[in-house]
Amino acid sequence: MSDIGERVKKIVVEHLGVEPEKVVDNASFIDDLGADSLDTVELVMAFEEEFGCEIPDDAAETILTVGDATKFLEKNAKS
Amino acid sequence: MRRVVVTGLGMVSPLGCGVEPTWKRILNGESGARRIESFDVSDLQTKIACTVVRGDGSNDSFNPDKWMEPKDQRKVDDFIIFGMAAAGQALDDANWHPETEEDKCATGTMIGSGIGGLNGIADTAILLKERGPRRVSPFFIPGRLINLASGYVSIAHGLKGPNHAVVTACSTGAHAVGDAARLIALGDADVMVAGGAESPISRIGIAGFNAARALSTGFNETPEKASRPYDKDRDGFVMGEGAGVLVLEELEHARRRGARIYAEVIGYGLSGDAYHITSPSPDGNGGFRSMSAALKRAGLTPSDLDYINAHGTSTPLGDEIELGAVERLLGNAASKVAMSSTKSSTGHLLGAAGAIEAIFAILAIRDNAVPPTINLDNPSVATAIDLVPHKAKQREVNVALSNSFGFGGTNASVIVRRLAS
Repeated sequence: MSDIGERVKKIVVEHLGVEPEKVVDNASFIDDLGADSLDTVELVMAFEEEFGCEIPDDAAETILTVGDATKFLEKNAKS
Repeated sequence: MRRVVVTGLGMVSPLGCGVEPTWKRILNGESGARRIESFDVSDLQTKIACTVVRGDGSNDSFNPDKWMEPKDQRKVDDFIIFGMAAAGQALDDANWHPETEEDKCATGTMIGSGIGGLNGIADTAILLKERGPRRVSPFFIPGRLINLASGYVSIAHGLKGPNHAVVTACSTGAHAVGDAARLIALGDADVMVAGGAESPISRIGIAGFNAARALSTGFNETPEKASRPYDKDRDGFVMGEGAGVLVLEELEHARRRGARIYAEVIGYGLSGDAYHITSPSPDGNGGFRSMSAALKRAGLTPSDLDYINAHGTSTPLGDEIELGAVERLLGNAASKVAMSSTKSSTGHLLGAAGAIEAIFAILAIRDNAVPPTINLDNPSVATAIDLVPHKAKQREVNVALSNSFGFGGTNASVIVRRLAS
């Protein structure tokens, strides 16, 4: 997993309080990791904070899995 | 109307996590006041408070992880975590864990708070100013709203009955107990999880109450001496934090399932001062009327009272006004009644005060013991009422009244009685 992938995973583990083993690329935040709609908003905010970028609402709506987040951030991360 | 009894108790207080450790320390005459360590107090007039001791659960310390997932704790202010802990204890104590849809729908929640998520509001206001609206958490609102203590408890325990919350400043806890008892009496619920929770100890909380000239400022070096109701050197209340929750239950419902019954809630009175936003009316008429209304509801006379848990916050004005109202109420019966302020030990838990004090009134009945008013070295006025200075006393207690008065001129009195076997 890329460096960005590791950082995404760490944020997901912290925010959703899930076991690290469950945070795999195809894990869905809502269906597999127990997040609700407010959790996903907060997760996106945490990614913005960590990677120094803005994630517009229409992009945020397409980030449904750990892999989606990693892929988006590999392209857009500023820090 | 249906009769209402108390079948479960739960508490987080500055004297410990749990009802029994707190009660034991109160009867020992201990104080929960200490120097504030969690934030900078150098520019605050008041540098002390009755804080809840956080820890791993040993020595009766409060371990929040026992009551709420760490990932959820982050989303809420402490009053919600205190409320979850006290409610969890109370439901365990009552052995009431509804599983059928019928039982869930018959069980409601009414846990109030005086202020709610003050700290989270203050912190988020700074974040908004410094970093803009995109940094405001989606959990900001639901983690601060007062009724979310009830909300979280309802969700955690599957309670689908009335989901309500009281907000009447420092009389919140007493109003919650009284109002929840009425919901049961009128048949809206069979069981209510009722009480108050508060987490006001913060820079903004201290600064605000200091500005209102409400807090003790003269005992920063001797915090355990600061809360001294009725004493001539008292100079304001000591802020406390925590939660008290009671499981109230319809009498026959409790009997059918063989629940242990602590006491019956037999009286509840409410009134307004219509006088001033923070000062009690000098004639004490508001408190007098709330106590009179509670006695009338209970079908009792003042001489039936054995113990009064006073509002008694240790403010220069309030203590004597309440004492005067109680003397007027009791008349010739004054010399047979004991009245103490457990705020001398716990500090003032604001919206949780009425709930923890209703619990102390119930425990006074259970143990035939009246808790002391500590630090009462030199009473500022003479009275025939036994204010129980310094040391707890063993004495028969069958009927106890608890007073709570709040900013806005709001008053509540709750009367509990030993259930005849």
